[in-house]
Amino acid sequence: MFSLESITTIVQNWLTKTFSPNLALFFEFVIVGVLAIALFAALGLVLVLMERKVAAWIQIRLGPNRVGPKGILQSLADTVKLIMKEGLTPDGSDKFLFNLAPFIVMMVAMLALAPIGFSKGFHIWDINIGVLYVSAISSVSVIGILMAGWASNNKYSLLGAMRSGAQMVSYELSVGLCILSIIVLTGSLSLNDIVLSQQNGWWLFKGHIPAIISFVIFIIAVTAETNRAPFDLSEAESELTAGFHTEYSGMKFALFFLAEYINIFIVCAIGATLFLGGWMPFHLGTWEGFNHIMDYIPSFIWFFGKTFFLIFVIMWFRWTFPRLRVDQLLNLEWKYLLPISMVNLVIMTLVAIQGWHF
Amino acid sequence: MFIVDYIKDIYGAIRSLLVGMNRTGYYFTHHKEIITQNYPENRLELNLPERFRGEVVMTHDENNEHACTGCSACELACPNGTIKIINKFDISPEGKKKKAIDTFVYHLELCTMCNLCVDACPTGAIKMAQTFEHSVYNRGLLTKQLNKPGSKLKAGVE
Repeated sequence: MFSLESITTIVQNWLTKTFSPNLALFFEFVIVGVLAIALFAALGLVLVLMERKVAAWIQIRLGPNRVGPKGILQSLADTVKLIMKEGLTPDGSDKFLFNLAPFIVMMVAMLALAPIGFSKGFHIWDINIGVLYVSAISSVSVIGILMAGWASNNKYSLLGAMRSGAQMVSYELSVGLCILSIIVLTGSLSLNDIVLSQQNGWWLFKGHIPAIISFVIFIIAVTAETNRAPFDLSEAESELTAGFHTEYSGMKFALFFLAEYINIFIVCAIGATLFLGGWMPFHLGTWEGFNHIMDYIPSFIWFFGKTFFLIFVIMWFRWTFPRLRVDQLLNLEWKYLLPISMVNLVIMTLVAIQGWHF
Repeated sequence: MFIVDYIKDIYGAIRSLLVGMNRTGYYFTHHKEIITQNYPENRLELNLPERFRGEVVMTHDENNEHACTGCSACELACPNGTIKIINKFDISPEGKKKKAIDTFVYHLELCTMCNLCVDACPTGAIKMAQTFEHSVYNRGLLTKQLNKPGSKLKAGVE
């Protein structure tokens, strides 16, 4: 059976045999960096096209269909356009922060990629506090957004950044509590251990109703945390032109745009890992034959399939629901999501202590 | 009870959100609902909706007769001076003078396709056509005469 783990083992063995340990480590760093950047570029192209196609079909349109067969080269053409454009820095802006902000947002997205297990035995850095690390890193991106809004010297940008700050700080809590309710069941913060604990079934099915509730809240809260519609108050093109990235153009804008999609990918990957079993194949109790067939599908296909399913759900949200007002947004979090997820966490703890889960 | 209202709120919210997602999910999976047309390719078999407004035209029958009496109602109804009616006086066989249309001037470049002139016309002489490829190289070509040369008022239309 084809697996990415065998490839990494071959490369690892060859590098350690051929070079000194330090040099081998350096080459591994380089390979990981190149792979991460390649993944980002590919994800950017695929997700932008996917978003436009999903949007078009939901709105009874055709979507991009002119560049390349069925329009699949559209996002490539857009990228070329963005590279050609001038990256303008406005006169009254804080030039250093203005130019730094997109890179901070991008770096945060890159860092959060580290502990995610893409396939069986295929992750950049399997740390024992993976979940904590991801949730800590992902809250740094609000600093990049605030920086962009402040440095632009533009009222729209500042308003958008401030909204984004309020939104991220409040929705972080629900995300944390929902993640905790799964941590309570697994007893480990390592993403790899969480995946392995779902060998005999995904937590979404094993954890009864509390797991389903925390999955729903998780999806809602990460939609808000990645600033996607219906929680896109920080961009809100009909009120704030483009929010915090109003003044950005060319490649600096493209970095914000790319970071948004990478963040979606990361939160969906975390969601898939916690609730849908990461790269673990779908197993049905005692049906040996069925389980065997499922095992034949490579684990990275399982991982990307689940992640892209969640990404599709979030896109579906975006093109269905209207944008919330600021007060509605904060009401939803503080009056509904947070109390429910707190009670849910208590129930989940009870379930875990009593061993009621499967 | 507060808690009951709270739970009812949540139930209602989730239900309405699911109704919306059901609708968009239906559109996502049913591509036959797509109304976009690949315009330059399907130019020969364009399928325009009945209410599409391309430009104002005057209907002429096979005897080159129209129903315009020259009453200027359309000219008055037009919000931005698109229509100009130039009248003449016909001498009827009995020797009576009768007002009739000489030139129906239509400035396509000013028209917003608001349909008010068609609504105002008491005799149904003008209507909206479905042509929309109006690009020309000379602005003068957009000023059109709607009544065909040599056409006259249909008998019986007052």
